[in-house]
Amino acid sequence: MKTLLVAEYRDGKLLNSTYELIAFAQKLGADATMFLVGSEGALPQFDGNLYLADSGKYGEFNPAVHKQMLLDVVAKEKPDLIVFSHSSYGWDLAPRIAHALQAAQISEVVEIKDGQMVIPVCNSKLRRDISAKTDVTVVTLQAGAFGLDADPNGSPTVENVDTDCLGEIEFTGYEEAEAGGVDLGKAEVIVSAGRGIGKADNVEMIASLAKALGGELGASRPVVDAEWAEHARQVGTTGQTVSPKLYVACGISGAIQHLAGMKKSEFVVAVNTDKDAPIGEVADVLIVADVKEFVPALTAKLQAL
Amino acid sequence: MKILVCIKQVPDMESKFKVNADGTWYDDADLAWRMNEYDEYAIEQAVQLKEQVGEADLTVLCIGPDRVKETMKKALAMGCDRGVHVADDQSAIKDSFAIASIIAEFARDKDFDLIFTGLQSQDRGSAQVGILVGEMLNLTSISTIVDFSYDAGRVSVKRELEGGVRAAVNASTPVLLTCQLGLNTPRYPTLPNIMKAKKKELLSVDVSELLKVEPRLETAKLYFPEKKGSGLILEGDSNALADQLIQLLKDKTAVLA
Ligand SMILES: Cc1cc2nc3c(=O)[nH]c(=O)nc-3n(C[C@H](O)[C@H](O)[C@H](O)COP(=O)(O)OP(=O)(O)OC[C@H]3O[C@@H](n4cnc5c(N)ncnc54)[C@H](O)[C@@H]3O)c2cc1C
Ligand SMILES: Nc1ncnc2c1ncn2[C@@H]1O[C@H](COP(=O)(O)O)[C@@H](O)[C@H]1O
Repeated sequence: MKTLLVAEYRDGKLLNSTYELIAFAQKLGADATMFLVGSEGALPQFDGNLYLADSGKYGEFNPAVHKQMLLDVVAKEKPDLIVFSHSSYGWDLAPRIAHALQAAQISEVVEIKDGQMVIPVCNSKLRRDISAKTDVTVVTLQAGAFGLDADPNGSPTVENVDTDCLGEIEFTGYEEAEAGGVDLGKAEVIVSAGRGIGKADNVEMIASLAKALGGELGASRPVVDAEWAEHARQVGTTGQTVSPKLYVACGISGAIQHLAGMKKSEFVVAVNTDKDAPIGEVADVLIVADVKEFVPALTAKLQAL
Repeated sequence: MKILVCIKQVPDMESKFKVNADGTWYDDADLAWRMNEYDEYAIEQAVQLKEQVGEADLTVLCIGPDRVKETMKKALAMGCDRGVHVADDQSAIKDSFAIASIIAEFARDKDFDLIFTGLQSQDRGSAQVGILVGEMLNLTSISTIVDFSYDAGRVSVKRELEGGVRAAVNASTPVLLTCQLGLNTPRYPTLPNIMKAKKKELLSVDVSELLKVEPRLETAKLYFPEKKGSGLILEGDSNALADQLIQLLKDKTAVLA
């Protein structure tokens, strides 16, 4: 089997997710070549052929142009499997390639089992074993699902790729996420509020528990999107990555994008009315209760200690 | 200006799921249904755009069994002008390629200036349909937007990347956009608008008129993951639970020391 790995590059740097693609190919026992729109100055540690396009010339985000260059490489290499990260770059480019090749796409693969790809369904409450009926398959990999056993090493044989295809969008630059306020990275205890707290007024209740534990208030995305908490408090893929001694998730279901930000916490307590909530997968203790009853009871007892 | 919004009806993710009889999808009995969260942002953005430009015709499209009409009524009450229900009892087991090709087939000769979809559906979460529709119609498409503005045939959007970084992107219409959470604040339909929505056109088309492709994916089985967590599950009275947890925190962590 032959795989073509589509590496990622942003703001002048190669992204580490590149090594997850290599780990996936190794797990399959497949040959791997790589495609990257990046630069000579930041090459992956990889023993194989690397088709390299210059991001300075073609832009870090320029879907039509990246698509054309990648299709040119596909025509040459004829891979069975084209592999992306399930990331803002990968889920944007992968369907474009799938369509051009009339190939099946399998999104967010977490595992390979008996020749089947395993993907999550319904916020990871369920799993699905799936396979493609087409000769070529496009896959995207869930962030963190595959990892190398050893440190990456090697150096690629580089072949440059060029195109005269023109893009149809104008990418004008990056904006950093709103910063300011708290630095959750330093907190030893984080108590996070999720949508399950019900309303803005209840943030105070969660903040009181955080205070009683000597920690900081964190939040899941819907709480930040609703402006019940500032963005600096958001934990997850598009917020902060934290690893406190204690993380308490209140009314948080445990979507993969939230887990990615907190699963390295030393001890995790979840408070949730749904016993099957996926947060249970990473919780050391799952308290099956209504936050509105349990949290004030706990806070009162902690204050009395 | 002609605008299309594609929405999907999904089960409430807090539901107790069961695997269906043939073991390839979830059983759709006894579930509470709602609009895919991402699609609420898509509708809101389309309605705001219509309010901005004045003259616009806004179609909402949904593929699924009869029950999806309930969700479509919400879209009409939020401000869409007309609904197109593509009647399909088998939509849940169709792959993203098939769903996208149905939408593209419908939209092909209709010259939409803007098409809004969600970034992904909450149950399947493939994040493919929007971009696929764009490719099938040969339209410019931009995914994962968290900010949108329109002026004289140009859109300026921000794509959200990992870490909350945003990429600023401009493009000309016609364009397809996939909407990420937090793009705007979706409105709640008001009672008068719910009443008005009842009079809006809700056309039904049979899927056989629009489906022209073969499935590309095959599901072997759907199942519950093995519980990996070795965590304790505690239930009971809140006060007793609080005592238990405090004891656990004393034993297992240093935070109460
Ligand atoms: C590209 C991308 C990036 C994302 N980035 C992030 C990110 O950085 N951070 C993030 O958090 N999310 C992120 N998300 C969103 C993520 O997918 C989920 O939608 C989000 O994490 C859900 O938040 P939640 O758990 O608070 O809400 P829900 O999923 O709605 O869960 C609410 C939970 O509360 C429980 N509950 C309800 N009532 C009560 C009660 N009274 N007492 C106790 N429990 C109750 C429910 O059982 C449920 O489990 C991202 C999504 C995408 C697509
Ligand atoms: N059955 C459907 N009917 C209409 N639109 C859909 C349907 N399924 C998916 N979509 C659209 O495609 C987006 C992405 O879905 P998916 O690729 O399944 O993650 C959704 O947010 C919807 O906008």
